[in-house]
Amino acid sequence: MLAFLVFSLYPILYTAFIGFTDMKGVVPKEVHVLDNPFENFRNLLFDNELFRKSILNTAIIWIINFIPQLGIALLLTAWFTNKRLNIRGQGGFKILFYMPNIITAGTIAVLFSSLFAYPMGPVNSLYQMLGWSNEPINFLLDKWTARGIVSFIQYWMWYGHTMLILIAGVMGINPALYEAAAIDGASGWQMFLRITLPGIRTIMLYTLITSMIGGLQMFDIPFLFQNGGPDNSTYTASMFIYAQAFKGQYLYNRAAAASMILFLIAAVLSAILFYVMRDRDAARLRKEEKRIRKAAARAQGGVTHV
Amino acid sequence: MYNTPKQSSRFGLQFNRTIVYIVCVFLSLLSIMPFWIMFVNATRSTPEIQSGISLLPSGHLMRNLDVLLGKSFDPITGFMNSFIISAGTTICAIYFSSLTAYALVVYNWKFRQPFFTFIILIMLIPAQASAVGFYQFMYQLGWTNNHLPLILPAIASPAIVFFMRQYLLGALNFEIVESARVDGSGEFATFNRIIIPIMLPAMATQAIFVFVGSWNNLFMPLILLTQKENYTLPIMVNLLKGDIYKTEYGSIYLGLSMTAIPLFVIYFFLSRYIIEGVALGSVKE
Repeated sequence: MLAFLVFSLYPILYTAFIGFTDMKGVVPKEVHVLDNPFENFRNLLFDNELFRKSILNTAIIWIINFIPQLGIALLLTAWFTNKRLNIRGQGGFKILFYMPNIITAGTIAVLFSSLFAYPMGPVNSLYQMLGWSNEPINFLLDKWTARGIVSFIQYWMWYGHTMLILIAGVMGINPALYEAAAIDGASGWQMFLRITLPGIRTIMLYTLITSMIGGLQMFDIPFLFQNGGPDNSTYTASMFIYAQAFKGQYLYNRAAAASMILFLIAAVLSAILFYVMRDRDAARLRKEEKRIRKAAARAQGGVTHV
Repeated sequence: MYNTPKQSSRFGLQFNRTIVYIVCVFLSLLSIMPFWIMFVNATRSTPEIQSGISLLPSGHLMRNLDVLLGKSFDPITGFMNSFIISAGTTICAIYFSSLTAYALVVYNWKFRQPFFTFIILIMLIPAQASAVGFYQFMYQLGWTNNHLPLILPAIASPAIVFFMRQYLLGALNFEIVESARVDGSGEFATFNRIIIPIMLPAMATQAIFVFVGSWNNLFMPLILLTQKENYTLPIMVNLLKGDIYKTEYGSIYLGLSMTAIPLFVIYFFLSRYIIEGVALGSVKE
């Protein structure tokens, strides 16, 4: 019990405290709380363009990674759990899809930066072999390509994980529901929309929150891939904290303030997610009730947004 | 007429199945290809790598190895450091989390519920949020450049406590604890002799994840370790990107392969448990 207090609570509170002070520099010295305790926070939020950019990058990279990740994971879940399709070799596919997740992120980042190397890297060779381009392309110079590649790596590492969790969620749904639906003549797609999706809603919330927190911490891949470049387009919030605190000026106070902002963002986003998902649940229930009462024709449009 | 819809649906099913297989095979290739290229390129010379991709290994492995080891990259030290830290972390995390979970399940103390809520809250906090405070704390203790600050915090691993608690709730029979007490077994002895064997399956699954997670961790070691002889493998990967290997592509790939091989070995022996573990972790809520 004490361990939790020492290793979790104390560093957090201490970080929060540093955020209000003037602690910086390599040489330890007397630390004072600033005259204006929120000076560090104000500086970050309003004057520090790099910090805003890093938050924005983190968000962009997370979003373009998470949407296809959840999409493909859902699709695979639907396929793998569909009894009529009865896909063989599932175990093998699962093992392969999950594989990238187990390898050190740093290794993968450096590997990909070698694969996309300019002027002669494997991806460039592939492009020329397929005749897509005659000139070598310097992929890593373009901002959006670089963001895209970082997102792709994230996506590639995590979709297997998401899929396994979703499949586990589907397995937890009462099979009687599917049998009943099958007797009523529901198509596979209908069953997926009406039974599977509502059934795994909590699990999806769980994936969403864990992925989001993971996304906020994104560090290894952008750091080792291009060190935030080109033009800071893959510079993430965690890299900002690292660079502020442990490089150059050792601005511990500013890094601590940035950490707290990051923490607040995580807390707020989690709260919003909980709220949204719960609200939808209630809304869906109301619609279900309506549907039962009213004619079947009205029902089609109501539930599809789930 | 009667047969037509059935036949078309069967055809549709076949068609769907084909698409599913094509997509799955494509995704599998996507998982394998980068690593395959990495391993193949580890055996090729720089001119060969520059002349294009190949799926067949070449014969320059030893030369690449020489170049790799001739510079500051030291995979053996990195491997040992990573191993010590990961093993230490795993032992601490698993043992103490089980102990905490046991306390949460078996003993009825005043702050049980608040403490559990507190653990869940900590789970949601990003590691970076407390990194600066943690570093300062360790700095004042003089523990930077030491493996201890990387191992000891594992004693408090909220996610594992959570998992263990859920497992214990399902698996533990209170009568066993009671009868052990009647027989005069001390509390720690009860835990070590009776509870641990019960929890072993859950502990094994979690141990894999803790080990791999700790092995792959870059952020904390990067902050805390500044001396080369303490570097872990993920930090060493960073060295590969440096200028010294600029033109030695084969060596870079070889270095990368060396950091990945231990994980591939673990994964292929334990993949079944890993995949079950991922699923378990999410559903047992």
